[in-house]
Amino acid sequence: MFKKPQYIALALVAVTALIIFNLPAQTMSRTKLAFSGFFVPLFGLADSSKRVLQKTGDSILPRGVLTKENEQLRRENQQLKVQLMQNAEITRENARLRTAVGWQKQTPWKLKLARVIARDPSSWWRTIQIDVGSQHGIRPNLPVLVPEGLVGRISAVGATRSQVLLLGDPNMRVGALVQDKDARENGIVISSSSPLEQSMVTFQYFSRSSVIKPGQNVITSGEGGVFPKGIPIGQIVDIRDNSLGLSTDARVRVSADLNSLEEVLVMFP
Amino acid sequence: MNALNPIIVILAAFLAIYFQSSFDLFRNLFGVQIDLLPALMVYTSLTLGIVSVALFALVSGLLFDSLSANPFGISVFPLFLIGFALHRFHGLLLREQISAQFAFGAGASLLSPLITLLILLSGNNNPLVGWGTIWQLLVLGLTGGLLTPVCFWILDRISGALNYQPIAQTSFRADRQIKRGRG
Repeated sequence: MFKKPQYIALALVAVTALIIFNLPAQTMSRTKLAFSGFFVPLFGLADSSKRVLQKTGDSILPRGVLTKENEQLRRENQQLKVQLMQNAEITRENARLRTAVGWQKQTPWKLKLARVIARDPSSWWRTIQIDVGSQHGIRPNLPVLVPEGLVGRISAVGATRSQVLLLGDPNMRVGALVQDKDARENGIVISSSSPLEQSMVTFQYFSRSSVIKPGQNVITSGEGGVFPKGIPIGQIVDIRDNSLGLSTDARVRVSADLNSLEEVLVMFP
Repeated sequence: MNALNPIIVILAAFLAIYFQSSFDLFRNLFGVQIDLLPALMVYTSLTLGIVSVALFALVSGLLFDSLSANPFGISVFPLFLIGFALHRFHGLLLREQISAQFAFGAGASLLSPLITLLILLSGNNNPLVGWGTIWQLLVLGLTGGLLTPVCFWILDRISGALNYQPIAQTSFRADRQIKRGRG
């Protein structure tokens, strides 16, 4: 029924698969990163050609447009400077009050800019790869965000690349709370029940008596120790009873546009 | 067919995986990323030998998993299974027919993610599945079916351009030549 080469091929695949599956977790992770290294020249090539295109586009922009853009950025910069001054004053006040009450002083988080180089090629995970790794001080579980809000957390780290678990991945859970002056409802943000809702997550485990309404903002609660408190996650879209009617879930539209991420910020404590 | 053909299909797989991880237009439009590996496996199994099928499944499966959150090596088995089944009956299958290429491509593109998901779910993994997965599998099957004839067309041309062409047979036979004249 089977010819000799078919047996050899079957044996080759079976033995290799068995060896790979029985590798220790750390060795497997290293082998995986080594394999993904084959794509580095292609990612580099794509990145440099994108930059060349961008430079060419910038160089052919009319002077009038550039002057207008420059003026707008200058104005924005001035506004941000004023805001920064106000924030610095608030931070000082916060530190003074914390000392007065006897609470522990909060250490500010540092940010590292990273470029997104690849997305998960499969459709049942939500991950991306970024161009910073252990050489840049990255380690697992560091929060990743964009100015609009939380993106995810670092899940695996290589020397020059890292994998980021995005909001909406089944392995991503975030302690969250509803930001409202009347209600500070705590819960957990998990992946959406439908794999097609790419910009939605589910907020659950909050009490049924809560006064959660669509339109309210959801932020990180700081519980769990991975994410600092106060990073925006998204906005509540609707509230529904889950299939058994025992608890209530809220669908949350993620603030960050996870489908078009180009650059992200990694937070360091 | 020579040693260049397996290299061509593996290079095609490498580029296909890069394309899948870098371009999001299809994923943003239809909620699922197209998968070119099953279509390439159909080409490999109907064109090359079983060793090439095994090599393709191993290399492309490992490369795919290296950029994914999949457990490393999980994509190898579904790809090989499809290639193995097609190669076993490749003498009976109509390789040149576009409709046959579509059918094999659609079947392979539907089965490959389905088997991978079943393996993932039977293990300690928690992939993102729900009712929407049915839609994703249907889109994968349809796009895989449509892309398979394209893969055949492109790879046949590349292979033809890089390999020696078979010498055309003429009807001339030296032993049937009528010799005229004396002697």
